[in-house]
Amino acid sequence: MRFMTIVKTRETDAQPSPALIDKINKLSEDAVKKGVFVGMGGLGPTSQGARARLANGKITVMDGPFAEAKEVIGGYAIFDVASKKEAMEWTRAFLEAHIGLWDHDLEVEVRQMMDDPSTGC
Amino acid sequence: MTRQQAADAIDAVWRIESARLIAGLARIVGDIGVAEDLAQDALVAALEQWPTSGVPDNPGAWLMATAKHRAIDHVRRRKMQDRKHEHLGRVLEDRQISPESELAAAIDDHVGDDLLSLMFTACHPVLTTEARVALTLRLLGGLTTDEIARAFLVSKATIQQRIVRAKRTLAAAHVPFEVPRGAELTARLESVLEVIYLIFNEGYSATAGEDWVRPALCEDALRLGRILAELARDVAEVHGLVALMEIQASRLRARVSPAGEPILLLDQDRGRWDYLLIGRGLAALARAEARGGAYGPYTLQAAIAACHARAHTAEETDWTRIVALYDGLVQLMPSPIVELNRAVALGMAFGPAAGLEVVDSLTKDPALAGYHLLPSVRGDLLAKLGRFDEARAELARAAALTQNSRERDLLLKKMEAL
Repeated sequence: MRFMTIVKTRETDAQPSPALIDKINKLSEDAVKKGVFVGMGGLGPTSQGARARLANGKITVMDGPFAEAKEVIGGYAIFDVASKKEAMEWTRAFLEAHIGLWDHDLEVEVRQMMDDPSTGC
Repeated sequence: MTRQQAADAIDAVWRIESARLIAGLARIVGDIGVAEDLAQDALVAALEQWPTSGVPDNPGAWLMATAKHRAIDHVRRRKMQDRKHEHLGRVLEDRQISPESELAAAIDDHVGDDLLSLMFTACHPVLTTEARVALTLRLLGGLTTDEIARAFLVSKATIQQRIVRAKRTLAAAHVPFEVPRGAELTARLESVLEVIYLIFNEGYSATAGEDWVRPALCEDALRLGRILAELARDVAEVHGLVALMEIQASRLRARVSPAGEPILLLDQDRGRWDYLLIGRGLAALARAEARGGAYGPYTLQAAIAACHARAHTAEETDWTRIVALYDGLVQLMPSPIVELNRAVALGMAFGPAAGLEVVDSLTKDPALAGYHLLPSVRGDLLAKLGRFDEARAELARAAALTQNSRERDLLLKKMEAL
């Protein structure tokens, strides 16, 4: 079953250190070797993004940045694993990699992807 | 941390780490049965300690360290018990390992080789196919005997016995824990690929039972294939097999109706195909092709699957290319089943009469005597030619032959529609 893990954090100008990047690369390499890695991606700043909204039947588009947002989506990873427990273990390892190398709080939302055959057809 | 949370974490860590753990230990002790016991001991230690101490920061490393200590104790004890024990003596000499730290470090250096050795050992030709499948799921997939039993609809005791016997057979045959070399490598690799594909197929079209598909088995096989592709990157057929499984798995949710009935390839809603998996499959196929040389059987089958995956509608399917690929496959794996598939493609590319001609030549083949897809395909071709009475009789025969109840329903429905 596939899980998308969505990383949320306060938007900051801070760049991840080479040590952190190295740790995350090692983690994804490990996930590839263990046959569970589907994809991973970091997202650019909201100043380069936009929001489109449907409200009361009307579509509005707003360019970034989203200054009012407390937290934004910073990146995601998709794992193909046997259980939610296992997805949680990969998520724990991902957060673990940040300890001592990243000053800001992080939250990871773990969601099963519904377009997944194991959830039924 | 609650006992339940700890148990969940341990379950997950086991699934992720057990193959490497067992592989590393097997290299030290030279016996996969002992290696698995040692790994299980480490697991028991985790179950005892983690609920109170919490899950360690790096649980995989914790399990490995705990298991290593036990492995070293085991080797020492065995050595003291029997100083003439040649095998263990040789293991230690060969690797020129004396201090514990070096022994421990040696495990980390060979993870890839160890995992490959474990795959080759679990799929060794001295074992029956059933035993290879069970042992592979157990040692490399990290499945419990319970999970394997459920997947294959047999009792837990049957699987337990199968695994115990397999380990005994390997020990009795003195199967070395190693990656075979030279000509043996090719033959042994074929067995590994075959086992993985068997697991996949058991999930993809269950040969028995109520469900037409069991996606968890497909996922287990895909995971094993993806691991193998990382370990044996130079081998085209490994990528070919992964490509084949990824593309076939991309259709899993399109090939079953909400009521659980099978939907055949050409009738599937292609919008329900999984394009993430198709993308991965086509990439794996490209890797297989990039290795050069003639296509092997898995790469050929993946190339056929890719023809379907690339067609946005059933009508766009490049049947001429599929026929050509089947021609290649018939050369490599001359089998009446491949011939039958080729006949289907011929019928699509050049009309039902061309397909029927080949199918008719197969009806006398004893290998296909009880095979339900022969009358099923023949029935379809006859129906297309307007020979409805004969078609109905063939579909009825196919329905009587299949072991899968969902498939039987589909065949009977088709028959009634004629």
